[in-house]
Amino acid sequence: MSGNVALSLFGHFAGLSLLMIGGGVVLIPEIHRLLVAELHLLSDASFTGAVAIAQAAPGPNVLFIAVLGYRAAGVWGALATMLGAMLPAATLVFLGTRWLRVKQHLPAVRAFKLGMAPLVIAMMCATGWTLTMQTPGSRHVLVTLAAAGLVWKTRLHLLWLIGAGAALGALGWI
Amino acid sequence: MSEPVERPRPRSITELFVTFTVLALQGFGGVMAIVQRVLCEQKQWLTREEFLDTLAVAQALPGPNVCNISMMIGDRFFGTRGALAALSGMLLLPAMVVLSLASLESEFAALPEVQGALRGVAAVTAGMVVGTGVRLASALRGSLVGTSASALLGGTLFVALAWLRLPMGYCLLAVGSVAWAYARHCLRRVARVERERATNQRQSEDGRDGCGPEAGSASAVYEACLGRDASAAKAGSSR
Repeated sequence: MSGNVALSLFGHFAGLSLLMIGGGVVLIPEIHRLLVAELHLLSDASFTGAVAIAQAAPGPNVLFIAVLGYRAAGVWGALATMLGAMLPAATLVFLGTRWLRVKQHLPAVRAFKLGMAPLVIAMMCATGWTLTMQTPGSRHVLVTLAAAGLVWKTRLHLLWLIGAGAALGALGWI
Repeated sequence: MSEPVERPRPRSITELFVTFTVLALQGFGGVMAIVQRVLCEQKQWLTREEFLDTLAVAQALPGPNVCNISMMIGDRFFGTRGALAALSGMLLLPAMVVLSLASLESEFAALPEVQGALRGVAAVTAGMVVGTGVRLASALRGSLVGTSASALLGGTLFVALAWLRLPMGYCLLAVGSVAWAYARHCLRRVARVERERATNQRQSEDGRDGCGPEAGSASAVYEACLGRDASAAKAGSSR
């Protein structure tokens, strides 16, 4: 049973892997749809909590995918989601960067980079928006906006922001 | 372009693996800033320019940026085995740490304080993603695609994803094809203008070495494109 779940998770995440342009966070809306709405493996709160842990913990943010897999189907789930998400993309990057190094002056290659830039930014904003709006209430939106403003305008270490958010939440303000 | 000066490089695959493990473990809430500091300033394996170039490609291809960067750097020094060592350094130990934290958390999850703290961290996390996006947006100002076209393309994708909640694959394919075609159009336009300018210049400077100005202006266009990528990369790596 759990082997089947892991296998199906591997398939789903392998399908999403090549869409992970701009970092793992751009997949959050899609993974949320998959794990919460479609497969019913995780609750909304569990999903958001898993993303928060992975973001707060040391290491690349993409490890949120391992945490989601772990919560959905244990250690095998973590392996399945992580390998699924990484294998196709990493293979493409490995072969692609070797090819791009040779072809970096081609107009098609430069147009790809140029055209992707605004879309990567749009995906990041959509990610943050979706994460905030799926939580009921309104005070956390203020915290989100404040954090966005501070990241945008200052070079404050992100640990301070995360610590402040955790403290506000633990005190019951959010 | 390469200087005769010998630059430091990783001595072994083990050093590559250890370096990426150590830097990944320092990255709370994201590793990009630390990758840049360690590789360019501490280890000096890459110049700042090389790092920015790497980041531009890493961002354009699928996969987490920092993982792509680690693979590209590993590949550059030790080929396939280097790429594997750098990537597993970035992921292996941090994954174990994160999963231990996650399993700990499920035992304490019932406490209202813990739930509140996680809600707080989640709110901040969402804001950090948005803030980074907005911060990067300033780098689009110098783009050959132009501010209004960038805003239109990005705005369309945002509305489709965040408000209409359409699946990302289709949205990205649709808006991405338009963006790619438009960027190609912009590149062609700039190249044409530069060619005309070079021709005029050559005609006016008749008698001098003809290929000088042409080569110079072609590289100026290329620099303009690179400059945009570089400033976007700088904004991305500065956190």
